[in-house]
Amino acid sequence: MSETIKTDVVIIGAGPVGLFAVFELGLLDIKAHLIDILDKVGGQCAELYPEKPIYDIPGIPLITGHGLTGALMEQIKPFNPTFHLGEMVTTVEKIGDPLFRVGTDRGKVLEAKVVVIGAGGGLFQPKRPPIPGIETYESKSVHYAVRNMDAFRDKRLLIVGGGDSALDWTLNLQPVAKRLTLVHRRDEFRGAPDSVNKMRALVAAGAMDLKIGQVSALEGADGELAAASIKGNDGSVTRVECDAMLPFFGLTMKLGPVADWGLTLKDNLIPVDTAAFETSILGLFAIGDINTYPGKLKLILSGFHEGALMAQKAYHYVYPEKRLVFQYTTSSTSLQKKLGVA
Amino acid sequence: MSDVQDIAPSIAAKNETMPKITFIEHDGTVHTVEAEVGSTVMETAQRNNVASIVAECGGSCTCATCLVHVDEAWSPTVGPPSAEEEDMLDFAFEVKPTSRLSCQIKVTQELDGLIVRTPAYQGR
Repeated sequence: MSETIKTDVVIIGAGPVGLFAVFELGLLDIKAHLIDILDKVGGQCAELYPEKPIYDIPGIPLITGHGLTGALMEQIKPFNPTFHLGEMVTTVEKIGDPLFRVGTDRGKVLEAKVVVIGAGGGLFQPKRPPIPGIETYESKSVHYAVRNMDAFRDKRLLIVGGGDSALDWTLNLQPVAKRLTLVHRRDEFRGAPDSVNKMRALVAAGAMDLKIGQVSALEGADGELAAASIKGNDGSVTRVECDAMLPFFGLTMKLGPVADWGLTLKDNLIPVDTAAFETSILGLFAIGDINTYPGKLKLILSGFHEGALMAQKAYHYVYPEKRLVFQYTTSSTSLQKKLGVA
Repeated sequence: MSDVQDIAPSIAAKNETMPKITFIEHDGTVHTVEAEVGSTVMETAQRNNVASIVAECGGSCTCATCLVHVDEAWSPTVGPPSAEEEDMLDFAFEVKPTSRLSCQIKVTQELDGLIVRTPAYQGR
């Protein structure tokens, strides 16, 4: 097991609210590590609506999700946070007063005086197609991600979907697989035109198959897939023999392991106080869409406010012997030095 | 300057009845509710606690969790999805020829009486 990473604050979730919390903590000389299950920063702004305009960020009449993420990254640059992306926090244990041990699905262990849950709507996880019995094949022969291409060598593969994930993996795995079949509900693809052309060329050359329809049933014993039924748009059913299936239907948000961290949730949200957005466990905070309190609004701007107040309280846990003097970035030379502008 | 003429159309609009939409959920639960012209069918569902409309992204056509199957008789009036919406339908399940994302259907007076069915599963 790798060495324990020691830091001041661990922020779970690198969405806009988690990112801005780095800024507010940084002004108070508090170092942060951020962990996010996505392989990129920005949370919902990056995953759900990168190109959609946001109209309610104070002082910014219009900005896209992608633009806001970029601006926040620029803003927190002086504080040099550490990111652990593509990683899921599985455990949060209180081991001191306050001191937390945080574990991830990749075996990393972090220790911090303060943990901030900024997990938004929860963990982004792949959508599971509603095919009867699909769960019995998961982890054995139905996969939602490719960790190791060699696992599919000489297998008969079924890839389902019409976006870039489906097309990219089709092109990458076609040379490795024994036979690859791409299944999509229509003969049009949302993915990058270049990938679509390459895929169509492979189909034309007889190097792979393309079936238009939706997977309706799976066969096979003991979690090992043997065949899939594909229902065409005309109602006809085709049976395709296969050893593995990779469905790519995008992501959805699930609460995930938060429920196991000793907090009493209310409608899948974490109750906090409104003075510091701290949970019932001292030193464990929750900010942004995942928390709840009287009057809560799920707005990015509310999450920014929550992060600022959280940082004030977190300071007392990180520097118990020091007194915090409130300062403004407009007038404080000390803050301006931290921002690298004075 | 004719104030009377300016006011007249708004009074007329108020007198018009609000369009009604019927949601038939997968388990057979029927909700017939009033919808505000200019809002979306998804917003109407959420205001009226139609549980099977998840609408994870809040109506920005990026999550495909507000799928409805438009009643066949109503499909021509509702119309087809845009190209962007058609792309998002790739992320939905059991998509039918009359399926739409309800966040992309704007309520108009013509949709009074609309019937949509909601699927058992929106992806979560």
